[in-house]
Amino acid sequence: MHSDRKSPLLLRIVAFGGIIFLHFPIAVIIMYAFNTEESAFSFPLQGFTFRWFAAAFERRDIVDAIILSLKVATMATTIAMVLGTMAAAALYRKKFFGRETITLMFILPIALPGIITGVALLSAFRMAGWELNYWTIVAGHATFCVVVIYNNVIARFRRTSQNLIEASMDLGADGIQTFFHIILPNIATSLLAGGVLAFALSFDEIIVTTFTAGPERTLPIWLLNQLTRPRDVPITNVVAVMVMAATMIPILAAYYLTQGTESIEGSSK
Amino acid sequence: MTHATADTNLPRHFSTYLYRHGTLYLLLLLTPPLLWFGIVYLGSLFALLIQSFYTFDDFSMTVLPRFTLKNYQGLFAAANLDIVLRTFSMAASVSVFCACLGFPIAYYMARYATGWQRGFFYIAVLLPMWASYIVKAYSWTVILAKGGIVYWFIDKAGLTPLIEALLDIPFLGGNTLSTSHLGRFLVFSYIWLPFMILPIQASIERINPNLLAASADLGARPSQTFTTVLLPLATPGVIAGSIFTFCLTFGDFIIPTLVGPSGLFIGTMVYTQQGAIGNIPMAAAFTVVPIIVIGLYLIFAKRMGAFDAL
Repeated sequence: MHSDRKSPLLLRIVAFGGIIFLHFPIAVIIMYAFNTEESAFSFPLQGFTFRWFAAAFERRDIVDAIILSLKVATMATTIAMVLGTMAAAALYRKKFFGRETITLMFILPIALPGIITGVALLSAFRMAGWELNYWTIVAGHATFCVVVIYNNVIARFRRTSQNLIEASMDLGADGIQTFFHIILPNIATSLLAGGVLAFALSFDEIIVTTFTAGPERTLPIWLLNQLTRPRDVPITNVVAVMVMAATMIPILAAYYLTQGTESIEGSSK
Repeated sequence: MTHATADTNLPRHFSTYLYRHGTLYLLLLLTPPLLWFGIVYLGSLFALLIQSFYTFDDFSMTVLPRFTLKNYQGLFAAANLDIVLRTFSMAASVSVFCACLGFPIAYYMARYATGWQRGFFYIAVLLPMWASYIVKAYSWTVILAKGGIVYWFIDKAGLTPLIEALLDIPFLGGNTLSTSHLGRFLVFSYIWLPFMILPIQASIERINPNLLAASADLGARPSQTFTTVLLPLATPGVIAGSIFTFCLTFGDFIIPTLVGPSGLFIGTMVYTQQGAIGNIPMAAAFTVVPIIVIGLYLIFAKRMGAFDAL
């Protein structure tokens, strides 16, 4: 709903002020990553340098943490894409007993605080006598990533006309051909959008990971360790900017991928 | 018919068979996700529940599979009730503040942002919402640090006595901004604000503008239109937003560690119990508190129609 009236000045100030407030800490951390000073967070800034970026990539522990985070996010996203798409395909059309409960179960891992999921997984792994490693991190991440894929894909499924699938079958395509020629192209961008969001969610996750990582160190865990006993401040700032970019670029990508998908081929108006 | 064609026909027959037998198809699709959630997620929650009844031996520092209610009794110790109360009041005040600040922003987005502003505002709220949580928290420790940006501005503006008076107030203050309740409150509010804005914006968008115009035509002052028309209609959105601000604050343990005075939160308590001490049963009993409180909150939210606004 929109009105042609001009907005009241005070409302405009609050709205734009709020947006500035939301972006202020992001701007600050980017500024400090290029600061020349070595030891503290003093303001005003001392000078401009790219030095710390080079220094960060020379650190073995940082490179290892980046690689681990990338591996975890890739594997968790892949599992979530398969499970989330299957769930969306099953649940978008038919109404049956227990459907609401299943949907609620998918949402729970992100609706309940991460600490519950984290401690629950940890206690289960302990009970089963499993060592904490790469796979225990992936198990936790995949669980809360499913809902992101599921939400994106089911929204697209609901807008995809059932006639397309029936037409494809009528014209002699089998289920597999229909999947690759009709269904997959239709859901592709939403699947990709969900995938990049899940990737970002996993790459940045810290709360569940603290419980399931054991001796492994993902990039956010590396960052948290730095914060509790501060040293190497400039390098920490650089890593912070990298994590920030790894989470903000996917959200922009997802936004553009799902732009203008309100009208879908074959949908009858 | 040769073997080769029989083989290529097999998947075809199978997929046709599935297409005709909807229920079987549904079952095949649902089984993997349900197995995963049943085993990994619900299984874990169940393990957590069981362990909350286990015995932790203080002398050997080990967990014994003997059932006891001692962990739950321990929750009612005065110190632990303090932790619950501290966490609850922070979650409640953060939610109220986010609603007050988020409402005008959401209102502007829904009612006045047209053309380029529409996409701009949407992205401008979405970006900080998704930007790395740990980095946002870290950034605030930099901003609030002594000698950092905020202190520099306060000093230049000559407001140092004011901020010192503010930090002396009990329940608000602390030694410095980054070790005060006020600082922690500010960081919590910042991090969850976008989660409040978007549901409110969505619920205001759904209000027919004619209703507001009619209210004005019938002689209501803007404040009356706000309290009797706009606010009641937007309430499900506010409650939906508060689900996030309340629940996420309630279970957080990173921000209380990084910003603010000592004094445990539920999250930090769970973390210390399982980590340094290895007392998983007590940690498990403590997580039951947020599960119950959040469960009650979700029931309340559903009654208020907040789920339709999500």
